[in-house]
Amino acid sequence: MSTMVKYEEKELRVVGTRPLRPDGVDKVTGRARFAADYNLPGQLIGKVLRSPHAHARIKSIDTSKAKALPGVKAVVTRDDFADMPVEYALSGELTINFRDVTRNMMAREKVLYDGHPVAALAATSEWIAREAIKLIKVEYEVLPHVIDVLEAMKPGAPLLHEEQYTQDVTPKPDRPSNIAKRLAFSRGDIEAGFRQADLIIERTFNTKPVHQCYIEPQACLASYTEDGQVELWTATQGHFVFRAQCAKVLQMDVSKIRVTPTEIGGGFGGKTNIYTEPLAIALSRKSHRPVKMVMTREDVFRATGPTSGANVRIKMGCTRDGRITAAEAELNFQAGAFAGSSVGQASMCAFTRYDLDNVRVVGNDVTVNRPKVAAYRAPGAPIPVFGVESVIDEMAKKFGIDPIEFRLRNAAKEGTQTYYGPKLGRIGYIETLEKARAHPHYSAPVGPNQGRGVATGFWYSIGKETCVALNINEDGTVTLMLGTVDVAGGSRASMAMMVAEELGIDYDKVRPIIGDTSSLGFNFVTAGSRSTFASGMASVLAARQAIEKMRQRVAQIREVPLDDVIWKDGQALPAGSAAKQFAPMSLTEIAKVAGKTGGAIAGHVEINAQGAGPGFGTHIVDVEVDKQTGLIKILRYTVVQDVGKAIHPAYVEGQFQGGAVQGIGWALNEEYVYGGDGVLQNPGFLDYRVPVFSDVPFIDTVIVEVPNPNHPYGVRGCGEVPIIVPMAAIANAVENAIGIRLCEQPMSPPRVLKAIGEAAAGNLKV
Amino acid sequence: MAKHRVTATVNGDAVEFLCETRQTLLEVLRDELRLTGTKEGCGTGDCGACSVTVDERLVCSCLVLGVEAQGKSIQTIEGMAGDKELHPLQRKFLEHAALQCGICTPGILIAARSLLERNPDPTEGELRYWLAGNLCRCTGYHKIVEAVLDAAREMRGG
Amino acid sequence: MARISLSSNLATYTGGETKLELEVANVRQLFHALGERYPDLRPRLETDLAVAIDGEVYQDALLQQIAGDSEVLLFTKIAGG
Repeated sequence: MSTMVKYEEKELRVVGTRPLRPDGVDKVTGRARFAADYNLPGQLIGKVLRSPHAHARIKSIDTSKAKALPGVKAVVTRDDFADMPVEYALSGELTINFRDVTRNMMAREKVLYDGHPVAALAATSEWIAREAIKLIKVEYEVLPHVIDVLEAMKPGAPLLHEEQYTQDVTPKPDRPSNIAKRLAFSRGDIEAGFRQADLIIERTFNTKPVHQCYIEPQACLASYTEDGQVELWTATQGHFVFRAQCAKVLQMDVSKIRVTPTEIGGGFGGKTNIYTEPLAIALSRKSHRPVKMVMTREDVFRATGPTSGANVRIKMGCTRDGRITAAEAELNFQAGAFAGSSVGQASMCAFTRYDLDNVRVVGNDVTVNRPKVAAYRAPGAPIPVFGVESVIDEMAKKFGIDPIEFRLRNAAKEGTQTYYGPKLGRIGYIETLEKARAHPHYSAPVGPNQGRGVATGFWYSIGKETCVALNINEDGTVTLMLGTVDVAGGSRASMAMMVAEELGIDYDKVRPIIGDTSSLGFNFVTAGSRSTFASGMASVLAARQAIEKMRQRVAQIREVPLDDVIWKDGQALPAGSAAKQFAPMSLTEIAKVAGKTGGAIAGHVEINAQGAGPGFGTHIVDVEVDKQTGLIKILRYTVVQDVGKAIHPAYVEGQFQGGAVQGIGWALNEEYVYGGDGVLQNPGFLDYRVPVFSDVPFIDTVIVEVPNPNHPYGVRGCGEVPIIVPMAAIANAVENAIGIRLCEQPMSPPRVLKAIGEAAAGNLKV
Repeated sequence: MAKHRVTATVNGDAVEFLCETRQTLLEVLRDELRLTGTKEGCGTGDCGACSVTVDERLVCSCLVLGVEAQGKSIQTIEGMAGDKELHPLQRKFLEHAALQCGICTPGILIAARSLLERNPDPTEGELRYWLAGNLCRCTGYHKIVEAVLDAAREMRGG
Repeated sequence: MARISLSSNLATYTGGETKLELEVANVRQLFHALGERYPDLRPRLETDLAVAIDGEVYQDALLQQIAGDSEVLLFTKIAGG
């Protein structure tokens, strides 16, 4: 059933406190088992041969010498996997096309990026596998490649897919193109809107691709036995989705694959797609032994999905009293080797913070010779927001309006019509702006070459398929089996807290675990800021179901009508209106006799959670720019965000701080660097520079709680909004510090110095 | 390829293992000694997830060869808690919610302990620079710094 | 008759039409009726689109009921990372 459970305000005992996380002790002692920590007797080590070319036709693959090497037990190429027709899947994160999924997993006609898998093998040791990989001979016909998104859009650019015609354009094109899809959203009359403006600003922004950089590389262990059953342990954000995708590409029944999600070392959206899993299963099938495949960091950079790099044009108009009259965006996003970037989501998030009558957004999804992009924490949104929030700041400054005041004058609120569809429900955007303005950070003094920037972000969240099973053990403790992977955020603790709250028992009596795919019905991936919302809703419903059963059981045991039994503070009691008094029964007492009075008590719920509530955030950042070196230093950072309800405030703070620092990395230093040959030059942490301890200060956090009316505890997702804002906030701060508007990301020292030089020479439009 | 026989001490226990010349200490710990608490994040010494101490010196075990452990005393995350209780750093990490996915946690705990052994009262800046070789992608570093400074305070008897 | 609106980016599949009225009792019937009327829209209906019924948003909710006088809006689904 599609489920929406309304918010009820009540006094809380457990929700909102800060208990210790159940997986914590294992993680601080090194006991926690991540995917690469699993081993099975007799296992083989699997390795992948990857393309050294950005774009080439595969003429032949000769694996004979590799197969002959002692210790090599199985080799697979494109011949071992069925070709898939074009088929869109509902079980994917973004809508996926299985024809592309099977080709990304193992190249068929062409290799489309440096790192594209061409063959895989399994051997008795890591070293033999590495030697054997070198013995596979592939004949390539190297083709011209294209990586820059604007270059790829030009007619005559090297073409990745001869059968790809731009979708959703009229008239239908007669030539194939790297532009896979074009989408357009509009509202009102954009030209009229610009005519009403006293000021029009148009700017182009360019961003480079960045990677999620989870510290744990992908790893999996697959065991295929002769009866056609598979056990798979893997680092995944969605074991049910992985099962579905593996089953499809390997043409197996879903029930024959049992996927156990291991503790996961970070995901951020990058572990929602299969990479080596089907290869490991296929190798295990061929060799009759378990196969373990662990990616190297270089593999992760070369072949797993990063974000799009993009070219974004923003044009906005406003009146002199700060009312936006027109907002236009053109977003050109790299999709990577196969279609399907997040340009759609980006389009929907670009302007949604504002109440606008005249909007036009056009997005292009463009294939280029890079790995297929994957989701990264609020996929797509940070990119247009970098542009939009920068232009807004310019407009505010032009008319001498405080940047927060400017945003307040245009702020979206309950009932605001979005340009992509529905009206917004109850939201907390204005509250975050007001709290930011009142925060001491906003009025603290700044020194020379220092500047303050403000920007805001919005992300809707999702609900989707969720199943939960709650079992009351014979001693009155509770086991809660969840199907949403706890990708670090601490969600399993939050679910246990909500269950403890509902049942009226102590938090440490509830043990949450993540079930494997054979233990529960389908659960969608942990992404889209959905797990505390959707699994939380399901857990609450499961607890309420169990309470109903306990009321019925007590009514029978005490021989009273059901209506006379209420549940309060962990026990069944006579209702005020009860005709006959009876001795209360605690959850523990009921559990003890449950077996003899009809069976154990449980609640299980299978829903498609609806009613996810959007989240808004406002960030303030102070920077100092060193004009000699071009270094931008973050002096102070404050995150203000509406989360509906913070079930566990420390975990919410952790999401704010972690997301903000990822955004800071995106803003300042992270980028993929390609050579002229299309080969990635910085596939490692030395040259791909993520923020380290000494790059950032403490990140102050302010949790705003405007309850989501569609969740029993008012929860809105919170994990994604924090990454959306830093790029723009920092660009705004730099402009205030040294009077230069940076429109290229990353704002790394060489780029800053170049901009300073150009400004001094009078070349840069300020 | 002939293997070498190596004897060393790991977390106070005498160990003996065979390894090839080219095997790193990280591989030996994880694959030969089955101590999987030490993690591989990059294999090139850039992320610190494999941090251990060798004769009290903080190293990336992916940059040390297994044979170099001969006769040395190695400390990994598995040896951090005493026989009965967690180390103050471990406890403070839990109290301060200084971990999320936990993959960087063993390396950071080892590195933090190494700092506090040399400098029991580090400033925030000294701490951030000491730990700059340990990457974390989940937490933004904030709660980790708070936890380590709090543990240092407790360990000084404050 | 439920009042159906389609978000602007869907106009490309409907020859420009974004407003119509239909007699449908649930989302599944709505998709069926729209698919019949706009063949180009049909492949997208179940995979790409979300539905707002009287202001509440639903995704993958084929059996969600639509009342006789409901306001229904179709727009692009949302995902995450």
